[in-house]
Amino acid sequence: MSGVRAGYVRPLDIRHGRVDLSHGAGGRAMAQLVEQLFAAAFANEWLAQRNDQALLPRPEGRIVMSTDCHVVSPLFFPGGDIGCLSVHGTINDVAMSGAQPLWLAAGFILEEGFPLADLQRIVDSMARAARDAGVPIVTGDTKVVEKGKGDGVFITTTGVGVVPAGVAISGDRARPGDRIVLSGTIGDHGMAVMSERESLAFGTDLVSDTAPLHGLVAAMVEAVPGLRALRDPTRGGLATTLNEIASQSAVGMTIDEAAVPVERQVEAACEFLGLDPLYVANEGKLVAIVPAADADRLLEVMRAHPLGRRAALIGEVTEDAHHFVQMRTRFGGKRIVDWLAGDQLPRIC
Amino acid sequence: MKYIDEFRDGELALGIAAAIAAEADPGRSYNLMEFCGGHTHAISRYGVTDLLPPAVRMIHGPGCPVCVLPIGRIDLAIRLALDQGVIVASYGDCLRVPASDNLSLLKAKARGGDVRMVYSPADALKIAAANPEREVVFLAIGFETTTPPTALVIKEAARAEVTNFSVLCNHVLTPAAITNILESPEVRRLGTLPLDGFIGPAHVSTVIGSRPYEFFAEEYAKPVVIAGFEPLDVMQAILMLVRQINDGRAEVENEFTRAVTRDGNLKAQALVSDVFELRRSFEWRGLGMVPYSALRIREAYGAFDAERRFRLETRSVADNKACECGAILRGVKHPRDCKVFGTVCTPESPIGSCMVSSEGACAAYYSYGRFREIPIVAGAPA
Repeated sequence: MSGVRAGYVRPLDIRHGRVDLSHGAGGRAMAQLVEQLFAAAFANEWLAQRNDQALLPRPEGRIVMSTDCHVVSPLFFPGGDIGCLSVHGTINDVAMSGAQPLWLAAGFILEEGFPLADLQRIVDSMARAARDAGVPIVTGDTKVVEKGKGDGVFITTTGVGVVPAGVAISGDRARPGDRIVLSGTIGDHGMAVMSERESLAFGTDLVSDTAPLHGLVAAMVEAVPGLRALRDPTRGGLATTLNEIASQSAVGMTIDEAAVPVERQVEAACEFLGLDPLYVANEGKLVAIVPAADADRLLEVMRAHPLGRRAALIGEVTEDAHHFVQMRTRFGGKRIVDWLAGDQLPRIC
Repeated sequence: MKYIDEFRDGELALGIAAAIAAEADPGRSYNLMEFCGGHTHAISRYGVTDLLPPAVRMIHGPGCPVCVLPIGRIDLAIRLALDQGVIVASYGDCLRVPASDNLSLLKAKARGGDVRMVYSPADALKIAAANPEREVVFLAIGFETTTPPTALVIKEAARAEVTNFSVLCNHVLTPAAITNILESPEVRRLGTLPLDGFIGPAHVSTVIGSRPYEFFAEEYAKPVVIAGFEPLDVMQAILMLVRQINDGRAEVENEFTRAVTRDGNLKAQALVSDVFELRRSFEWRGLGMVPYSALRIREAYGAFDAERRFRLETRSVADNKACECGAILRGVKHPRDCKVFGTVCTPESPIGSCMVSSEGACAAYYSYGRFREIPIVAGAPA
C-alpha cells in the first residue's frame, strides 16, 4: 500500500501559480480551481449544491434581469478592481428599474498565464462585494483562452431582481417639467482608472466611486414611488445618460453646469488632459428623473443615505422636438451637451 | 480650481459683456477671427456667443492642428503602419482624421496596423526603446506650441543614438497662415470675407512672442489682441478689439500678459531652429500650398526624419467634393453653408477634417451650437 493519503490532492499554488489551459479543460485541474478558488470564496447554499445550475425559489413580483461584461485596464485601480466592479455594475443595472437584486451569476474568461494570486484577489473582492451587498453569486462558469487572446481576465455578470408592486421606472417616462437629480460627484471612476494607466500615471489620491446602489434606490423608491426614470451614468458619463433618457422619452433637458458636483481633483485632471467630466465614467452614481413636486422629498432621502450625501438637483426636463440636452454654462452662456462621438480623445493644444 | 475658475467667472463675464454691448456700435459690424482652435473650443464650450451683441461676429480661423493636416500626409503614416509594419504614434486627436480609401489611423489600427496614442513625443521615444526590433514613427503635428517638444525628443534620440525612431514632421507656422488669409482674394480684392480684427493665439504666442504680429497690424491695418484660452480672456480680447476698431487703431495688444512677452520663449525658439528649417512650401488642408509655412527636419538630424528614412513622397489628395472645409477654414463659409454638415458629415463619421477635432469649426458648431439654428419648442415650465 502506498503512503499517499486517500483523496488527497495537492492544493493549488496560488502564490506562484498561473492559469494554464488545463484550468479550462473540464478535467481535474478545472474542478480544483473552481473548488479551491471560486466556491471557497463565494460560499453559499446554491453553489454548495455543486450543480451546473442554481435552483432558486420563485420570487414574488415582476422579475428583472440584466447582464454586464467587464473589461478594464488596469485590473486593479484606486478604490477597486474588476472584481467588485463586476458585482456593483450588474447590481446597479438591476436596481435602476427600482428592483431589489436577488442573485448573481458570474462568467470568467481567463487568459493563459494569468497569475493565480491576482485571480484570488479579484475573486475575493467579488465575494466581499457580493456579501456586503447581500446579493449572492449562485452560479458561474470559467473558460481559459490562449495567451495573447485575452487581457488577463474578462468577467461577465448577470443579475436577477424583483420590482416592488406599484413601481414603474423606465427611461421613456420623463415628462416636460420633471426635475433631474444626480446622486453625487461625477467622473471619479474614470479619472481614477486613467490615473493608473501606464502612459499617463499622474499622482492623485482620487479613488473610484464603485458602489452598489440598490440600498439607495430602495430608500428612494419607498419615499417617492412615482419616480419616473433611474439610470447609472457609467460609460459615456452623465452626458450620455441624459441623452439616452431624452431620446427614449422624446423630450429635451436643460442642466445647470454650476449645479453638477465635480471633485476638484477630477476637474483638474480633466483640465490638463483636455477631457470633459460630463463624459467620464462613474460606477456608483445615479441620475433620477422625478416629478417636480417630489424633487425636494427625493433629495432629502438621498442626502440621508451615505451614497447620496452630495445629491443635487441639476436641471429640468423640457419640451423639445430635437431631444437636445442643453447646459447653462457657469459662464452665462448655453450649449448643447451632445452624444459622445467615439471615444473621448485628448485635444492637442 | 485655483488659477482656472478666476478666468471662468460668470459674474465678471456679465460685466465685460455689458461693456462690449455698450461700446459696440450697433450701426456697424465687428467681424473678428479667432485664429486658434483653442479659442474656438472655449467660445463653443462656454457659450461665449450668447454674451455678445449682434454686431459682433466671431469667425473661426484655421488654427486647428488636425484640421489643416492634408490627407496626403496622413496617408503616409497609414501606409507606414499597414505596409511597412511600423509602429505609428501620434496624438489622440490625430487618429480619427479621415484620409484616403475611407481610412483613418484608427481604422488602420483595426486592420492590424500598430497605431498608438501618445500624450507626448517622449512617450513615442519610450515605445521605440521598448521595441528595439521595430521601427517607430512619431507623426508630429501642430503649430509652434507642439514644435519644441518634438525638437527636444529628436535631440534626445540623437544623444542616445536611438536607431529605430524617426519623426514624420508636419509642424506648421501661424504667421504664414494668417498672411495667407489676409492675402486671399476673399479678403483683399473681393471683400467677401470682411475681417476687422484678430484674436491672436494663446499658447503659440508664449513661444513666438507678440512681435511677429506687429507686421500684420501695420501692413494690413488689422488690430490683433493676443488672448488666453479661458472664456474671460476671450471676452476681454473682444472688448479690446471693439475699442481699437472704434478708435481706428490697428495695434498688437496683449491680453495674455500672464504668459506672453514680446519676444516669447527664446530658449524654445533656439531649440526649434537647431533641429528644424523652413520648408519652401507646404500643403494646408483648406488653404492649399502656402509658401514658407512649415518646418522640416534639418540634414544634421536626417537620421530621425521619417521622410528621408523611408523615402516618402507626399501625394496631394483632393477633399471630398461636397466638403466645404476649405472655405470654412478660411472663414469664407459657415458650417451651416455646407451641404453635408450634420447629415453625411457628423462627428461619428466625419467627411472633412473640421468635423474631427472639437477645435474644428464644424465639430464645435455641431456639438455645442447647432441648437441655435433650430427653433426650440417653447413652453417648458422652468
